Amino acid sequence: MNNTVILPMIIPVIAGLIMVIFRNNIRFQRLLSIFAILAVGAVSLLLMNQIRNEGIQTLQAGGWAAPFGITIVADMFSAILLLTTSIVSLFCLIFAFSSIGREREEHYFYPMFLFLISGVCGSFLTGDLFNLFVCFEVMLISSYVLISLGGTKLQLRESTKYILINVISSSLFLLAIAYLYAITGTLNLAHLSLRVAEAGQDGLMTTVAFLFLIVFSMKAALFLFFWLPGSYSAPPTAVAAIFAALLTKVGIYAIFRLFTLVFYHEQETTHFVIGILGAITMVLGAMGAVAYQDIKKILTYNVIVGVGFIISGLASFTSMGMMGSIYYLIHDILIKALIFLLGGMIIHLAGTSKLKDISGLIRNHPYLGWMFFVAALSLAGIPPLSGFLGKVFITRGTFEEGYYWLGAIGLITSLMVLYSIMKIFMNSFWGETYLSREMEKGTTNVSTMLPIGCLTVMTIALGLGSEGIHEYVQIATESMMNPILYIEAVMGGEPIR
Amino acid sequence: METSMSILIGVLFTIGTYLILTKSLLRIILGTSIISHGVNLLILTMGGLKSGGPPLLGQHDTTFTDSLPQALILTAIVINFAVTALFLVLSYRTYKTLGTDNMDQLRGIEDE
Amino acid sequence: MKPNDVILHSVTKVAVFIILTFSIYLFFGGHHNPGGGFIGGLSVASGLVLLYLTFDIETVRRNIPVDFKKVAAFGVLIAIFTGASSLFFDKPFLNQAFGYFNLPIFGKTELATAVLFDVGVALAVIGTAVTIILSISEDG
Repeated sequence: MNNTVILPMIIPVIAGLIMVIFRNNIRFQRLLSIFAILAVGAVSLLLMNQIRNEGIQTLQAGGWAAPFGITIVADMFSAILLLTTSIVSLFCLIFAFSSIGREREEHYFYPMFLFLISGVCGSFLTGDLFNLFVCFEVMLISSYVLISLGGTKLQLRESTKYILINVISSSLFLLAIAYLYAITGTLNLAHLSLRVAEAGQDGLMTTVAFLFLIVFSMKAALFLFFWLPGSYSAPPTAVAAIFAALLTKVGIYAIFRLFTLVFYHEQETTHFVIGILGAITMVLGAMGAVAYQDIKKILTYNVIVGVGFIISGLASFTSMGMMGSIYYLIHDILIKALIFLLGGMIIHLAGTSKLKDISGLIRNHPYLGWMFFVAALSLAGIPPLSGFLGKVFITRGTFEEGYYWLGAIGLITSLMVLYSIMKIFMNSFWGETYLSREMEKGTTNVSTMLPIGCLTVMTIALGLGSEGIHEYVQIATESMMNPILYIEAVMGGEPIR
Repeated sequence: METSMSILIGVLFTIGTYLILTKSLLRIILGTSIISHGVNLLILTMGGLKSGGPPLLGQHDTTFTDSLPQALILTAIVINFAVTALFLVLSYRTYKTLGTDNMDQLRGIEDE
Repeated sequence: MKPNDVILHSVTKVAVFIILTFSIYLFFGGHHNPGGGFIGGLSVASGLVLLYLTFDIETVRRNIPVDFKKVAAFGVLIAIFTGASSLFFDKPFLNQAFGYFNLPIFGKTELATAVLFDVGVALAVIGTAVTIILSISEDG
């Protein structure tokens, strides 16, 4: 029993609720939200060290033993993601201070932001499938509000579609849960793992596994990404950045958790299909990114490519591939937030997202330009930046398992990503300077440049100092490749059949 | 009993799917709501229909019905209630702002 | 023409009290019998909605000057803090305790921390339900 595990879920909720009560005091809300996210970061650091020293940490809510009550589990994989989440959300929050606008701030922007973080943290921590559904819904309902907050025409139009897609996929999620409960009679992940291992993963079970894969693919934008480009280009920059960084990653996390812990027996079927889906996602995403001439569209398609690439690590199901996936997941959360903030900043300055109308920004904004350059290289996985290590490990993992086509597609698409992102850089920063400082539609200030700068430093630091987190990533990989560690931590030594 | 429940769930899903595929936003919302009722019934059926007394202390039954599906359904209903309310308000706002509830016209034009 | 709704008004004045009393019964009955915070809160909310329907929103708002969004937030806060209080006793989150006490009027009474949690749930349900109804009915 370790009560620290619950804190990342309840700190943001408590802070958010206090803000609802003190609705009109914006300064207080800003301070409290920063404080809450810092607290989540501190707790996840603490958790990481506890897990390193004592193994996987669990909490049985209300003292009810494992398969009967709700279990909250923190293994190294979740703890690393928690830390990354808190870092990214902190910077997006600071970016929002000056860019989000007074009206949104008064209409519960900060509480909703914190509820979103709480839902994300909850999804990472829960050890129970139904609880995962609840945390997903907490996250999604907050995201519905955040995407429509402000009520411009574009936002309203896109948010109705976004909500519709997610409502349907949530219904499918419940459907899959119902079938799984009928077959196994439990929803606790560790217990599920035991029961599936015992009864064997027959055709029926594999079908249910595919049902879950469809549900989470919809959330993670793996192959079923048709909703993503529209929805992610509607909300304001800070919101779009946090969406791009976190929301799809929660779906990816769920796929990883289920297909390493529960449905890992029929790899020739399930993991092969996951590999194919990943490959198609990468190809289609990269084609979208290359084809469009609009900053928002290019960036959203880049999110899709990232999803496909992370999933290829899982498809290989080797420790090398898994390790690469974890590295790349951390990198992808950071870099997607950074690149969305940068893109939003360009649009803010130029007043348009059409590439042909933007040119020569580097004359007035050299720092912004060079940071964009660094981010672009990191996105494509150029050493020594943060994307490199993940890319190497994932590619080696796929080659080890004989999925040469998957690794090759990953490498080719990262070239296409580099091309698409360089297209933005060349068009908007190089060339003749149309706009003098006075004619620009917006300005930069400390509150917007600070998060961008910090995230750029983080991506360089993560690339150069990847040795520093190697130990943690290794522990995370180990616990994902050996489900028995997770089961023993949850069930407490004597497994109940 | 299970058979007739399965048929009922199938009918609910059919109606819901039909409604979701129509163009009017209001019908689509009704469709999602009907589908989620179908899902709730499915959870109930999948957990096993009534096979014993209520699982309460002080009752004198020897067999008890599984109460977990009911807890799941209660949670799912509450969440669905909140989401449907939000969706309704938002679609009303969309209708007021954009002047249409036809999904064809909500497709979005590139030159905006 | 103003509709003549004398019957509705007079029935509501009586019915709301019955509904509210019944919901308090439901709330406390929930500890060992069917009922509880969710149902109790929902029936309080339905009583309030009946008031809003019968008399117009402005009149009721003058007489019950409560921001229901804050009620909901306050309710969830109570529920979470009840759960979190077990952190200070080194028990798992959401742990509960109960005991029997001799109270002046009630005699030997069972007091449980679960009731506090239920108070939070009830307030949250009241706040959310009324907020939803009000925001749908308020036409801009």
